[in-house]
Amino acid sequence: MLRFAATRLVSLGLSLIAASLVIFAVIEVVPGDPAAFMLGLNAEPEAVAALRDELGLNGSRAARYLSWVGGMVTGDFGQSYTYRVPVSQLVLQRLWVSLPLALYALGLSTLIAFPIGLIAASRRGRPADYGIMAATQLGVAVPNFWFAMLLVLVFAVNLRWFSAGGFPGWEAGAFAALKALTLPAVSLALPQASILARVMRSALIETLGQDYIRTARAKGLSRRQAITRHALRNALIPVLTIIGLQFSFLLAGAIIIENVFFLPGLGRLIFQGITQRDLVVVESVVMLLVFAVILVTFLVDLAYAAADPRLRHRR
Amino acid sequence: MRWPVQLIIGAILSGLFVLAAAASFLWVPHEVSTLSIADRLKPPSARYLLGTDHFGRDILSMLMVGARTSIAVALVAVGIGVAAGVPLGLAAAARRGSLLDEIIMRGNDLIFAFPSLVIAILITAVFGPSALNAILAIGIFNIPVFARVTRGGALSIWTLDYILAARVAGKNALRISAEHILPNILNLLIVQGTIQFSLGILAEAGLSYVGLGAQPPTPSWGRMLADAQTMIYTAPRLAILPGLAIVGMVLGLNLMGDGLRDALDPRLRRARE
Repeated sequence: MLRFAATRLVSLGLSLIAASLVIFAVIEVVPGDPAAFMLGLNAEPEAVAALRDELGLNGSRAARYLSWVGGMVTGDFGQSYTYRVPVSQLVLQRLWVSLPLALYALGLSTLIAFPIGLIAASRRGRPADYGIMAATQLGVAVPNFWFAMLLVLVFAVNLRWFSAGGFPGWEAGAFAALKALTLPAVSLALPQASILARVMRSALIETLGQDYIRTARAKGLSRRQAITRHALRNALIPVLTIIGLQFSFLLAGAIIIENVFFLPGLGRLIFQGITQRDLVVVESVVMLLVFAVILVTFLVDLAYAAADPRLRHRR
Repeated sequence: MRWPVQLIIGAILSGLFVLAAAASFLWVPHEVSTLSIADRLKPPSARYLLGTDHFGRDILSMLMVGARTSIAVALVAVGIGVAAGVPLGLAAAARRGSLLDEIIMRGNDLIFAFPSLVIAILITAVFGPSALNAILAIGIFNIPVFARVTRGGALSIWTLDYILAARVAGKNALRISAEHILPNILNLLIVQGTIQFSLGILAEAGLSYVGLGAQPPTPSWGRMLADAQTMIYTAPRLAILPGLAIVGMVLGLNLMGDGLRDALDPRLRRARE
């Protein structure tokens, strides 16, 4: 297990280095001078020169890359040009919206998907199964931002239960904050829950066909007992993988959903960075998102190697 | 062979949108480039079957031309994925376990680590928003998907006896890949292509919605939704119709993908019964 973890850790490090190089290179090829690009067409030459100095653009490429990466490692993400504050401070503020939103959505999608997948698998081939499969087929096809608009239409415009967007901040109390995150989380969770329910169903159906389930039934366990004690646990491995993968989709989906609901999260920060040409912000936040995705993939790998010893020795 | 029901329903559903897109080249009820403020936000009528938007443009015509944008972007993006991903996958499988295989697969993992939207954002940050950049962003993300499916399918074919026979007959890896492997994994690629096509439609809609895709005045479903959001109180119809179009197209393609998988892969069919 330790050896497995060590090799995965090395590949985690290599992925991070590769990703940072790619992001750095992309920002490097911004046509023209980054400082001039950020300041726009009518910039004074002195202002451009000052910004170049501030951004450390006068050093060599290698030196700039190293200082960027070195900064990120020590928590210094550079200075936002438009906000005039450290990017790390912006990120920290925004993280308090994006992270709870992603976790809220992940929790919701798991809560919806588990029972639904379980029902579909245990009623396989019956009307309940067909109904659930049809509903999830539809759920996968609905774009989350459109679902978000429909939710706004129903629950904010017509019923007036929720506000159509905005975030009061955690200072307004946990209830108010969670309420503001509810419609966004539901709209993020629906497509994910549909996918997860389908995975859950097929994983369960596969394990239910295994010999050990027949043995369990033969020794006198009821169908329900066989499912909860044996099938469910074994079906969890593919389900866990998908939950891990979904985290990255949720982060990416949150970028759009935050824009639908005007939530001050990381996604909006990236968009503001683009429209305000604040490349320092774009570069660092993108790297942070990619880091989160790679880290989650790594943790999922470890988790299921711990759950299934066979995976440790396979390549 | 009996055609699976999903395949037929899916083909009809998505076929309708393809037809509408094709028809829009020849004829639309009203030109989408002409604005008529006098007719703004009209409800559905005999003149405007689905009503008009805030510029007085005919919604039906916008949807038809928008279908063109969505389908073109998604299709070309699948093309990029196939053109680059399939050869990479074939090469990786032919040189299994080699440095080449390792490099290709690690490269794939790297692209997978970037959520596709993040790739799109990076590209847009550099080159500015356009339909072309949306195609690039979605297409790049398709490459590892096709490389992986190709490699996986090809690896299982490489172990078969007739490949051994072909090698004994003196064919090199390139010829074997082209003549024996590729035709045998074509069904896998068709199914994956359908799935990526539908994901591409969703991705294009998302990108145009946040303003990173097709730019005005080119109509696109995502843009129509973005425009509708500010008028959701006054004209909810505008927010509903483009969404229904997206769902219809994606649902059709997904059903087609499932049906094709059942039809093309007899092993899967038996496993399901």
